[in-house]
Amino acid sequence: MIYSRALNEALHRALGEDARVVVLGEDISDPYGGAFKVSRGLTTAFPDRVKTTPVSEQAIAGISAGLALGGYRPIAEVMFGDFLSLCFDQLLNHITKYHAMYAGQVTCPVMFRAPMGGHRGYGPTHSQSIEKHFLGIPHLRVVAASPYHEPYDAFADFLAKDDPVLFVEHKLLYPKHITAPTDGRVGELLASHAGSEGVLPSVCLSLVPREECALTIVAYGYEALLAASVVEKLGMEDELFCELVVPAQIAPVDFAPIDASVSATRRLLTVEEGTAGWSWGDRVAASIQRSHFGRLAKPVEVLASQPTVIPGARRLEQEMLVGAHHIEQKIREALS
Amino acid sequence: MEAFQPDPRLFGRPADDLDARYYRRMRFIRRFEEKLLQLFEEGILAGTTHCSIGQEADAVAVMAHLEPGDHAFSNHRCHGHYLARTGDALGLYAEIMGKDAGVCRGIGGSQHICAPGFKSNGIQGGIVPTAAGIAWAQKLSKSNDVSVVFIGDGTLGEGAVYETLNIAQLWSLPLWIVLEDNGWSQSTPLAANFAGDMRMRFEAFGLPVSEIESTDVKAIDEVVAADVARVRETRTPHVTILHTYRLCNHSKSSDARPEEEVKARWATEPLVIHAPRLDGGAREAIDADVESALDEVIEHARALP
Repeated sequence: MIYSRALNEALHRALGEDARVVVLGEDISDPYGGAFKVSRGLTTAFPDRVKTTPVSEQAIAGISAGLALGGYRPIAEVMFGDFLSLCFDQLLNHITKYHAMYAGQVTCPVMFRAPMGGHRGYGPTHSQSIEKHFLGIPHLRVVAASPYHEPYDAFADFLAKDDPVLFVEHKLLYPKHITAPTDGRVGELLASHAGSEGVLPSVCLSLVPREECALTIVAYGYEALLAASVVEKLGMEDELFCELVVPAQIAPVDFAPIDASVSATRRLLTVEEGTAGWSWGDRVAASIQRSHFGRLAKPVEVLASQPTVIPGARRLEQEMLVGAHHIEQKIREALS
Repeated sequence: MEAFQPDPRLFGRPADDLDARYYRRMRFIRRFEEKLLQLFEEGILAGTTHCSIGQEADAVAVMAHLEPGDHAFSNHRCHGHYLARTGDALGLYAEIMGKDAGVCRGIGGSQHICAPGFKSNGIQGGIVPTAAGIAWAQKLSKSNDVSVVFIGDGTLGEGAVYETLNIAQLWSLPLWIVLEDNGWSQSTPLAANFAGDMRMRFEAFGLPVSEIESTDVKAIDEVVAADVARVRETRTPHVTILHTYRLCNHSKSSDARPEEEVKARWATEPLVIHAPRLDGGAREAIDADVESALDEVIEHARALP
């Protein structure tokens, strides 16, 4: 099943099974069903608890906060992740504060769903992966959609816990088929789940067993899909073997699966589509270099997009955003 | 958890007549904040605080009409609202003193207070959509509760307010916005901050507005009693504009308002207006009650770990 369809079914299921769930966002009413059609059918099936909103991101975020304080489980669709900047005050100064600043008297479990990412020619303000600006906000969990994780699991995790979540969905995943590990494989790749108790598990992918891999790659979202294709290609064609670790939760980082893999490979490359500098990979690199100090064969490499605006022209965008060719080049350098 | 029982010397008894109860509660808030400012001068409190001296009638009148299930969201200037809602002097003193017995265990401090049916936050405007979300939750739960949010004239500069006005009216939310216009946004007079007509800003969204320029708790009481009843019955939003005046500084330090202007306003502050409705003996008894109760609370709070 393609990702957007699975996401849509997951929303139907969450609303159907849990009367606390409320969905709101811009242009989500039927028949349109949201800019990426992920919310299709929801206003028809649950008219009381699903509402299309005016173009008012601050209010969407603030009303979600109030719903959560009032005992509901709002899931807010932010039409383009870029627009999360307009929700930032609510996220930083309200939603993630309430539980702690009121000494645990209340919880404020809001989930934001945010379509991110480029490679589609949408230009500077509709293509970004701005999640790095939300990493490290105390009491916020950031979870990334991936082709190897069922989307409902992210909702179940949100509904089972009491903290706010930012769910980042790369737009290019919407038309892709979900290939969660089955029987220890994803296509040609060996696949396993790994992670700490209580955290959404990471998926580990490799062509050969970990002990034969010379490099760990950690990537999330659409970049994980690109990285997996490169891992398979380089293994098949050049016998360059890597293990790819794909987390679902990207903040706080569950280091256990990365640690385990790097312990075997002694090399790490991080890959993300967000811009370079103060990035997710920088944070992962700092921790791994500290915990594996003296045992790494090479410094950790961080691959991120160029720190500039995302051009509208496709030929320029392809150079600026991390693509498969950039990942391949970095892997070859790391293993040279 | 047992419901908090306020000290009758601060909050009154059910048998009290309305004039006496309102006088007592306003006197309680006034003296609480005056003593708080003294504690700052004494140097035992850190940070800052925003007092509401001169605006006590708003808090007392509004809170008198809330039911236990209602929710009040307040702002940086929240002491009066909190005390009028809960009567909890010890919890608030201890909170501002940073004690573990504080209502938020010392984490929230002066501006970030939480109790059943009450919250405050120190960011301008952001509490308005949150109060609307609470109103939507009340509506989804099919209760008769209302969600009230206090804003000031300065908050009318924040865009989140207008996003929320539109949605509250569009979705018929039981949201009651109480605007305390005290004429000054910190050190900036309304005229330097505000274009157009205050009432029309709300009416443009189709919201009904009541408006009163008064520091008389009984006059305000009459207006807000009708307004909250309307929100409760119709499950639709309403705005109440209370034109008032802040006699104290915005926060701890001077905000450079004209001395003559402030001085003139002391002649029409809520206690001066309301006190003549009580006979001298009753008034003195209440003053003595409030004084002794607050001094005990402060002594208790000082001794807390």
